[in-house]
Amino acid sequence: MLLIKNGRVLDPASKTDAAMDVLLDGDQIAKTGPNLSVPDAEIFDATGLVVAPGFIDLHCHLREPGQEMSETIATGTRAAARGGFTAVCCMPNTQPVNDNASVTRSIVERAAANAAVRVWPIGAASVGSKGEALAEIAAMKDAGIVAVSDDGKPVATARLMRQVMDYCNPLDLPVIDHCEDPSLFAGGVMREGAASVRLGLKGIPAQSESICVGRDVEMALLTGARLHIAHMSNAKSLEYVRSAKRVGLRVTCEVTPHHFTLTDEDVRYDARYKMNPPLASRADRDALIAGLVDGSVDAVATDHAPHHPASKDVEFDRAPFGITGFETALALALGELVHTNKLSLMRLVELFTTGPARVLGIERKIAAGQPADLTIFSTDRQWTFRASDSASKSRNTPFDGRAFRGAPVATIVAGRLAYRR
Amino acid sequence: MVQRLQHILAIEPLTSEQITFILDQAKPFQEFQRYPLKKLATLRGKTVAIAFFESSTRTRISFTTAASRLGADTMNLQAESSSLKKGESLIDTVRTLEAMRPDGIVIRHAASGAPEFVAERLAIPVFNAGDGTHEHPTQGLLDALTIRDKKGTLESWNVTIVGDILHSRVARSNIHLLTKFGSKVTLCGPAMWVPPELEALAPNVRRVLRIEDALEGADVVLVLRVQTERIHEPAIAVEEYILQYQLTPERLRLARPEALVLHPGPMIRGLEIDPAVADGPQSCVLEQVTNGLAIRMALLYHLIGGAPADAPHPAKERTNAAD
Repeated sequence: MLLIKNGRVLDPASKTDAAMDVLLDGDQIAKTGPNLSVPDAEIFDATGLVVAPGFIDLHCHLREPGQEMSETIATGTRAAARGGFTAVCCMPNTQPVNDNASVTRSIVERAAANAAVRVWPIGAASVGSKGEALAEIAAMKDAGIVAVSDDGKPVATARLMRQVMDYCNPLDLPVIDHCEDPSLFAGGVMREGAASVRLGLKGIPAQSESICVGRDVEMALLTGARLHIAHMSNAKSLEYVRSAKRVGLRVTCEVTPHHFTLTDEDVRYDARYKMNPPLASRADRDALIAGLVDGSVDAVATDHAPHHPASKDVEFDRAPFGITGFETALALALGELVHTNKLSLMRLVELFTTGPARVLGIERKIAAGQPADLTIFSTDRQWTFRASDSASKSRNTPFDGRAFRGAPVATIVAGRLAYRR
Repeated sequence: MVQRLQHILAIEPLTSEQITFILDQAKPFQEFQRYPLKKLATLRGKTVAIAFFESSTRTRISFTTAASRLGADTMNLQAESSSLKKGESLIDTVRTLEAMRPDGIVIRHAASGAPEFVAERLAIPVFNAGDGTHEHPTQGLLDALTIRDKKGTLESWNVTIVGDILHSRVARSNIHLLTKFGSKVTLCGPAMWVPPELEALAPNVRRVLRIEDALEGADVVLVLRVQTERIHEPAIAVEEYILQYQLTPERLRLARPEALVLHPGPMIRGLEIDPAVADGPQSCVLEQVTNGLAIRMALLYHLIGGAPADAPHPAKERTNAAD
């Protein structure tokens, strides 16, 4: 038994914010309450620390199977544990694509053997994520997928999206879309605007994303299915999500730490600033923060996208999109949102826990009988992130060398310490 | 004292003092091009790597000739014959060149920012000979030298640039350079090639889409080549471009009578420019080419030669010796 003493328990599900102890027994929470005393329990002193439900990342790339040069389930989940995540949802754009139950099962088995945290696979919506035939979604659900997506690409057409939604609706699986209009994206490498014009880099207009969000919301209206917008980056997309929520559609969305921290003005000729969707305008960044504050945005998700160092050490145009994100997510959220007094600490915890849980249709709370998944963090600890110290195999992050205030201190998965600072 | 340059990557970060210094240093090299014996010993024993990852004739010949006239040797790399086709990365290619110990490297590359990327990783001076749709700083400098020669100053002119501004590195270098001296720049071309964001590049930049309006009161007209290899999807009809934007003698009459006509070349007569204008008295296209040599000699001399800013000018020394 593990007794977490003297922490500040923040539990959005029960709206608890109180000094309290939490007793874990095996892989479950046994009891919560003030001044618990259990003679033979191991003690974790959480004085001065926040004790939250285990963080869930709705969006990451673990690169296994097929791209183990960049990341593996073992290294990626160790980085996730260091970032405070107790469960991560891995996108299906591996090699081979996770579009059938045998790939799903292999990911689940490898995770059981090697992962530091829970791995919840997301299955492809279409075969090979090619946008043609539907993937074996029901069989993958039996094997353990928690959602479907053709991430890396949008679900190719409105017609296919309608089919995927109709098919997933009775399975009660959310459809996650990477929203982008290929004809507007057209080989762009950063957000279109004054910065792209100055740098002479090919721009992608905001409408590349928002047109697709609008399309998807229309399909959600037609089908009534669960729709989740991945890594949403701009104000226009957010307006579509808001309008969908207003009429009661089951539409949710996530925002990444880099999109609420950086803008296109930060982009330099350095591929660590190249991600898709690209960093947006300052107005968009501010709109996303407003959405995080008012509840229009459901979750913070990392879109942790490791790339082998050599693949990023090339001309901006040639580099692949994406940055790593597990280990800096909480610190960025604290630094950009909470320490700036834009967001309450309770709301921050919600965005990492009950928010993503709701997207997946599961519970996440600190109560007796619940899984013993907890994230314990400091809101004040000063530290500097060094990509070279990362547990990830990759180093592609623009936050290398950044000084932070606030950090995960312990990550508990099924009652066991997956990470302790 | 003028801030010493390590590389020449772009015009945007330069000060007007640095630009004036380069133009002043180019002046004696301009004279030098008329001498019967066009060879200095200034960079004797030095080697300049000329690495072109995108096809080009005139800029490559200009840099090679500039290096040779300063007494330097050159090593040439062209993308077609390089190991790039075999999949070697840019950084490995330039590190291989660097291992042959050149004293500077000239880079032309189709990716914006490639010279800056290389400069951050090598210990030798990098000369940007044009990067993607970003900048072409030596072209900007040679255009400025041409304008200053003909007009006496770079200040307070109305400069009109016509063509595909969005995809033009020449336009960007000229916009940054000329506005640093207080000139006003008018950008003109089909609307999708002249997005409003260009007005944020520098102060005193405006877009005027009708060429007749854009030319009114112009002291300098810079005509860009219509990059048929880069005409983007969806393409616009060439006939339509000629009708709307070709610089014809009639249109040129809307500019000031003494207006200069510049073109970075290669020029497509009958497309962006009427032959009568290209060969007319206001055209500076051949001076531009000669001035390109002078600018590139000045840059190679200063960045590779490493002489103090107030050292006696090599071309002037040569004059005395030859006399």
